[in-house]
Amino acid sequence: MVDWHEIGALDDIPRLGSRVVQTPHGDVAIFRAADDQVFALRDRCPHKGGPLSQGIVHGYRVTCPLHNWVLELASGEAVAPDEGCATHYPVRQENGRIWLGLNNVVSLPTAARETA
Amino acid sequence: MKEKLVLIGNGMAGMRTLEELLTIAPDKYDITVFGAEPYGNYNRILLSPVLAGEKTVDQIMINDLDWYAERDITLHAGKEVVTINRARRQAITADGTTVSYDRLLLATGSQPFMIPIPGNDLSGVITFRDIQDVHAMLEAARAGKKHAVVIGGGLLGLEAANGLMKQGMEVTVVHLLDVLMERQLDIEAAAMLRASLEERGLRFLMGAQTVAILGEERVRGVRFKDGLEIPADLVVMAVGIRPNIDLAKRSGIHCERGIVVNDTMQTYDPRVYAVGECVQHRGQTYGLVAPLWEQARVCANHLASYGISRYRGSVTSTKLKVTGIDLFSAGNFSGGPDCDEIVLRDQARGVYKKLVVRDNRVQGAVLYGDTIDGNWYFQLLRENTDVSGFRDSILFGQAHLGDAGHGGNNVLAMADEAEICGCNGVCKGAIVKAITTQKLFTLEEVRAHTKASASCGSCTGLVEQLLTAMLGDYSKTSKEKPLCPCTEYSHDHVRKTIREQHLTSLRAVFDFLEWKTPDGCHSCRPAINFYLIATWPSEARDDSQSRFINERVHANIQKDGTYSVVPRMWGGLTNPKELRAIADVADKFQIPTVKVTGGQRIDLLGVKKEDLPKVWADLNAAGMVSGHAYGKSLRTVKTCVGSDWCRFGTQDSTGLGVKLEKMTWGSWTPHKFKMAVSGCPRNCAEATIKDFGVVCVDSGYELHVGGNGGIKLRGTELLCKVATEEEAMEYAGAFMQLYREEGRYLERTAPWLERVGLAYVKRHIVEDGEGRRSLHQRFLASQQYAQVDPWAERVSGRVDAHEFQPLRQVG
Ligand code: SRM
Ligand SMILES: Cc1cc2nc3c(=O)[nH]c(=O)nc-3n(C[C@H](O)[C@H](O)[C@H](O)COP(=O)(O)OP(=O)(O)OC[C@H]3O[C@@H](n4cnc5c(N)ncnc54)[C@H](O)[C@@H]3O)c2cc1C
Ligand code: SF4
Ligand code: FES
Repeated sequence: MVDWHEIGALDDIPRLGSRVVQTPHGDVAIFRAADDQVFALRDRCPHKGGPLSQGIVHGYRVTCPLHNWVLELASGEAVAPDEGCATHYPVRQENGRIWLGLNNVVSLPTAARETA
Repeated sequence: MKEKLVLIGNGMAGMRTLEELLTIAPDKYDITVFGAEPYGNYNRILLSPVLAGEKTVDQIMINDLDWYAERDITLHAGKEVVTINRARRQAITADGTTVSYDRLLLATGSQPFMIPIPGNDLSGVITFRDIQDVHAMLEAARAGKKHAVVIGGGLLGLEAANGLMKQGMEVTVVHLLDVLMERQLDIEAAAMLRASLEERGLRFLMGAQTVAILGEERVRGVRFKDGLEIPADLVVMAVGIRPNIDLAKRSGIHCERGIVVNDTMQTYDPRVYAVGECVQHRGQTYGLVAPLWEQARVCANHLASYGISRYRGSVTSTKLKVTGIDLFSAGNFSGGPDCDEIVLRDQARGVYKKLVVRDNRVQGAVLYGDTIDGNWYFQLLRENTDVSGFRDSILFGQAHLGDAGHGGNNVLAMADEAEICGCNGVCKGAIVKAITTQKLFTLEEVRAHTKASASCGSCTGLVEQLLTAMLGDYSKTSKEKPLCPCTEYSHDHVRKTIREQHLTSLRAVFDFLEWKTPDGCHSCRPAINFYLIATWPSEARDDSQSRFINERVHANIQKDGTYSVVPRMWGGLTNPKELRAIADVADKFQIPTVKVTGGQRIDLLGVKKEDLPKVWADLNAAGMVSGHAYGKSLRTVKTCVGSDWCRFGTQDSTGLGVKLEKMTWGSWTPHKFKMAVSGCPRNCAEATIKDFGVVCVDSGYELHVGGNGGIKLRGTELLCKVATEEEAMEYAGAFMQLYREEGRYLERTAPWLERVGLAYVKRHIVEDGEGRRSLHQRFLASQQYAQVDPWAERVSGRVDAHEFQPLRQVG
């Protein structure tokens, strides 16, 4: 089951930038590409947990600020030669507002592992 | 009674043999050494960097006089052996010094060849072989001699020419053939090399045969076969070397081209051994160090009477030691009837790679522009590896990537047995082990512990990569390579275009230079953003999305995603009020760690991002501003107490440090920029490892530039001495501005200075007063836009407020 949450306006996020949404399952980074497409990834790099929201956004990719891994915004997959994946979430835009889809069933166990 | 060993030839091969011998049989011999040169043993290879002004003679000594004394070795430096009496087993010098031996080791090296033409004995005509030659060249350059002619376009000739050019001379290289370094390079690579040397300012006369050197007492010109004459104040002959066998021949030891030895390095006289460039082994002579090292090991083994090892000859590889040029060559690169050639050529990137393969085994390699896989190919060659399994991708390198952003992976992909340092035979595994078990962090330490990169230094890049890969991400400096995979253009080209086309935004740069990606990447965006604001300070708008996170939020990101905050402490000075404010802030925001930094100020570590503006507000209230500890910008100006308090202080070093910091804070630079002012030559502020250092002396201020205490330790070079504080400030501003205008992004002043040469910087800052003043003015002008405290701006809530607040909380 996906719950949709309205999280703000497109213009709250700088172009080629990112903002964080705090959720019970951890921070989610919302990215805005140059063409105003919006993406959402868990704000933890699959490498060593770097905050992806603090990275440099280019094309549909983000570079992690800690050790320069590059991740695909759409899938969360690391660009070769690195291997790993950050959880990605669905996003919708309606009338300049952004909606984030959070899947309770799937993300709860992940969060549980996190705090354990 | 100990046996007596006499070594004739105090050079690299002979002394290496002694070193090896002393480690396995320290007490076997009474040792006497004769050397025709009046020094201890030095690293001949490094004469090129000495000539280029990158090293001093002291820095290239391998065994100084104390070394001999400590080991009870008698050294006769400056004495040439003229006779060997083999019947009586004596070595005799010109002044009659006579020493008898049980075993004799000949290591007389080689002699540079002089073309037999009229005028070759004029003053000012020299070769390039020893310290004396380098002194002669430096003297000529210092005396203001203008024209240098280097005869010979081989390895030595080009290194001599490059050095003389760095010393400010106009240099013409004369080569008999049409191809430079024809013994190491094929036509293509040689042409690329020539083009890039020409771009740096060397002139070439190819296919030119020298017939006479002109002049009465001192040389004044050179004449060629076709009648052409060119002026010359200095002529360097670098046309080849010959094994130095005169003494051996005279003494009746069998010689052909060299002194003939068997696989145990023994000559035809069983009491006499020989190593180095003077020997001929299995018909082969050598002119590089690596084979001599192997010979030394074998010879020492037999001198120690272990009698087990054999020398079977060497395959050699070559690198050119011209800073900024990457060139590698090994084995048979010209191919033959049954050979295949695999070639990659990318003119725009300045890369050329050729492998010669026979029966799927590598026979030779020539690499230009990208030599990162040279050692791998060399290993395949030596091990005669069958490459059929990966032949289709072999030119893409061992890690199948030439992506600059992941350079470290290349060295990571190398096998542990792969040799990294060819001079000293150190393999990757040994370096890795040393770094981890001995906790090494710097290149110097690796050199000290493993000897890797301690000889010619050409594997420095690989060792640095290894350090980087093991110790964390370190920004590499770039050479004439594309700025990043988004473009074909180099840093220099991009920057030139920004200036000439008056481009003031990233978009304009991407459009004009037809960037391959829609909005660049994490490598090019920060670089271009810097070039834009450094070139057009009043027009270009700083693009915060093109800044690395630290510069975007004006704090250093930590491994757990929190931040550190370092307020500025001018010249390292603080006071109770500031300290109280720092203590209060640490309490109020429960900041877990408070640490004194290596830059004379205080670091508050572990601040939550959303607390940053509040922390800054409190620090601002006590009068403190950002320390830019996160920026490619001015960092700290370290000072010592100076004449205010110190009994040795000659000037007010603290005061000058504060003034310098007030003038330069906030400025953006290609990489970080650090300064220091010491009050006397005891140099407690460590000014001589800073980007710009001032050492106060009684009569004024010594200005030092280009030091670095980081990954690659480098002492500064003396720029000049000035009399007043005002001058010191002006020179500092001018130097920073020159670096801001010409340094490549992420290139610190140390590599920048090595690339352009101190003479270049002196020309602009010291010799050209007008130019210096206008550089300084440009610096001050751009500071108008830069000296705004970024913390205060953000505390006000008007700048980048979105950075410090979550977008939304859900659930
Ligand atoms: C805080 C401090 C260590 C300390 O606790 O003392 C420090 C911390 C860092 N240094 Fe440093 N360096 C600190 C003094 C130094 C010094 C000593 C000095 O300045 O006298 C050096 C050697 C001197 C030099 O630079 O020539 C030094 C050489 C480096 C280098 C290697 C630079 C080089 O060109 O070789 C790096 C890596 C880089 O810049 O790419 C580096 C990088 C870093 C980074 C930024 C690593 C990173 O990218 O995250 C560290 C940030 C930690 C943080 O968040 O605060 N740090 N670093 C020091 C801050 C001084 C200050 O007050 O601003
Ligand atoms: C400028 C330059 C750059 C170089 N760059 C490189 C490089 O990058 N890589 C590389 O591998 N190689 C390089 N080489 C070559 C390398 O330096 C030599 O291969 C090496 O030094 C040879 O060592 P050796 O001991 O045989 O001879 P040498 O080092 O020349 O030592 C011989 C010594 O014997 C002394 N001698 C000779 N006859 C007598 C006598 N009768 N009595 C007493 N003493 C005597 C000589 O004065 C000399 O000091 C370079 C050489 C030069 C000149
Ligand atoms: S502070 Fe400097 S030396 Fe220490 S771990 Fe970080 S980068 Fe390395
Ligand atoms: S944590 Fe993201 S690259 Fe290391």
